[in-house]
Amino acid sequence: MSFLSYFISGVSLGAVYAIIALGYTMVYGIARMLNFAHGDVIMVGSFVIFTVVSTFGLNPLIGIAAGVLACTLLGVTVERIAYRPLREATSLAVLITAIGVSYFLQNVALLIFGSNAHQFTSVVSLPNLVLAGGNLIISSTAIVTIISCIIIMIALTAFINRTKIGQAMLAVSEDRGAASLMGIDVNKTIAVTFAIGSALAAIAGALLCSAYPSLTPYTGSMPGIKAFTAAVFGGIGSIPGALIGGIVLGVIENLSKAYISSQLSDAIVFAVLIIVLLVRPTGILGRKINEKV
Amino acid sequence: MAILEVRDLEVCYGVIQAIKGISFEVNQGEIIALIGANGAGKTTTLQTITGLIPAKAGKIIYNGTDITKTPGYKLVSMGIAHVPEGRRVFAEMTVLQNLRMGAYTRKDKAEVDETLKSIYQRFPRLEERKNQPAGTLSGGEQQMLAMGRALMSRPKLMLMDEPSMGLSPIYVNEIFDIIKEIHKSGTTVLLVEQNAKKALSIADKAYVLETGRIVLSGDAREMMDNEQVKKAYLSE
Repeated sequence: MSFLSYFISGVSLGAVYAIIALGYTMVYGIARMLNFAHGDVIMVGSFVIFTVVSTFGLNPLIGIAAGVLACTLLGVTVERIAYRPLREATSLAVLITAIGVSYFLQNVALLIFGSNAHQFTSVVSLPNLVLAGGNLIISSTAIVTIISCIIIMIALTAFINRTKIGQAMLAVSEDRGAASLMGIDVNKTIAVTFAIGSALAAIAGALLCSAYPSLTPYTGSMPGIKAFTAAVFGGIGSIPGALIGGIVLGVIENLSKAYISSQLSDAIVFAVLIIVLLVRPTGILGRKINEKV
Repeated sequence: MAILEVRDLEVCYGVIQAIKGISFEVNQGEIIALIGANGAGKTTTLQTITGLIPAKAGKIIYNGTDITKTPGYKLVSMGIAHVPEGRRVFAEMTVLQNLRMGAYTRKDKAEVDETLKSIYQRFPRLEERKNQPAGTLSGGEQQMLAMGRALMSRPKLMLMDEPSMGLSPIYVNEIFDIIKEIHKSGTTVLLVEQNAKKALSIADKAYVLETGRIVLSGDAREMMDNEQVKKAYLSE
């Protein structure tokens, strides 16, 4: 029973990674850049929710709505100010800028909220699920997290396959120039991608901090790196890849913590990543990337 | 009346000047051919017209409007379609999705379906393969898809870049027949080709580009008899 319990909480952690990984993978697929500030957007979203719920005492759903709104605006603004001027620049310049944005967000949060940990109130207030006569307890946060992840995946897939802007995102991810020849506004499409990725980051922040309630300006960075790992693991640019990568990573991490060593769990996670990339350099579901001339 | 007018256009890649001040006109209802060797600047010229590359100097005027600085994506709804070099179909999207992308700027849903039908009539092979990823099509079929995709926007002016490149002779003839048909149904065509013989055989007027300059222009049929052109571009 304890294995099952570790496994389920691993899936739940992995579901959070998957939601964050979507932001990395979509932005990479469409804008061809690694947005290393994505993890810090999670932190900003969490602080917005924290402020609305704990400081103003409003309903957690209003908090999440405010967090989603704030992160969407933040994502679009960062893209407009920091990344769009570098559209034709080398990828290294964009990468360094993203790291700069990451430090900027962390330090702004540090100025406003200080470096002490804040106690995040869980946005899930349902009772835990008790099974097998009390031998297996599944936290309601884990259930809500897993369900949210499934809903997000389905909604996102439908959005990309069924809507015009979703199809435009696919076209831009394949060939930016050809997409522009179809009449697609590439800049607008990239902005929409950032908006979606950032909105999901806020949701991920709410779920993450509900499970691990200690909130600091650095809360986003480690989950951000793990989710990036998950995206690479599953095949960066692939949405199902983000899901598989996230879940596998979360389960490996949790089982390592439970059965091997909680200190070594991160090392094990990254060791698995290295092995996967040695065997399959494009990740589990990654497509071959054709360099275009 | 000139539907497209290019005036003293200059284009640079970094410090290298690819286009060194060219001027030409495309009149309503014509087929104009730009011919020349590899690296002469033909593709660059088309890409500058549709905003994929910025112009350094000069003007591009479409239907009386200066479009030199207009973002490329806005030109589609103004009536310009560009069939790019190398076809550049969306390989992982299906044939149908590719065609629908061509109608991205159109809002008239019922009429889009009509256009789709007419494209399937012109290219029956595309209908047979409508649910197949475009990357699985042969080169000739991809060229047809790229043309069909461009036609989905119902363009007034169609720019075609090396439509015969890499195709078997049978497909080359078929593609040129299609270009003639497209022209006959009222679309003005600006055609870039290395296959000068084929291009001159269907064009009204032609311009010869050499290292970024127009070195010769005139009636396409007369040009076929021009000794200079024969020697440089029509040698068998």
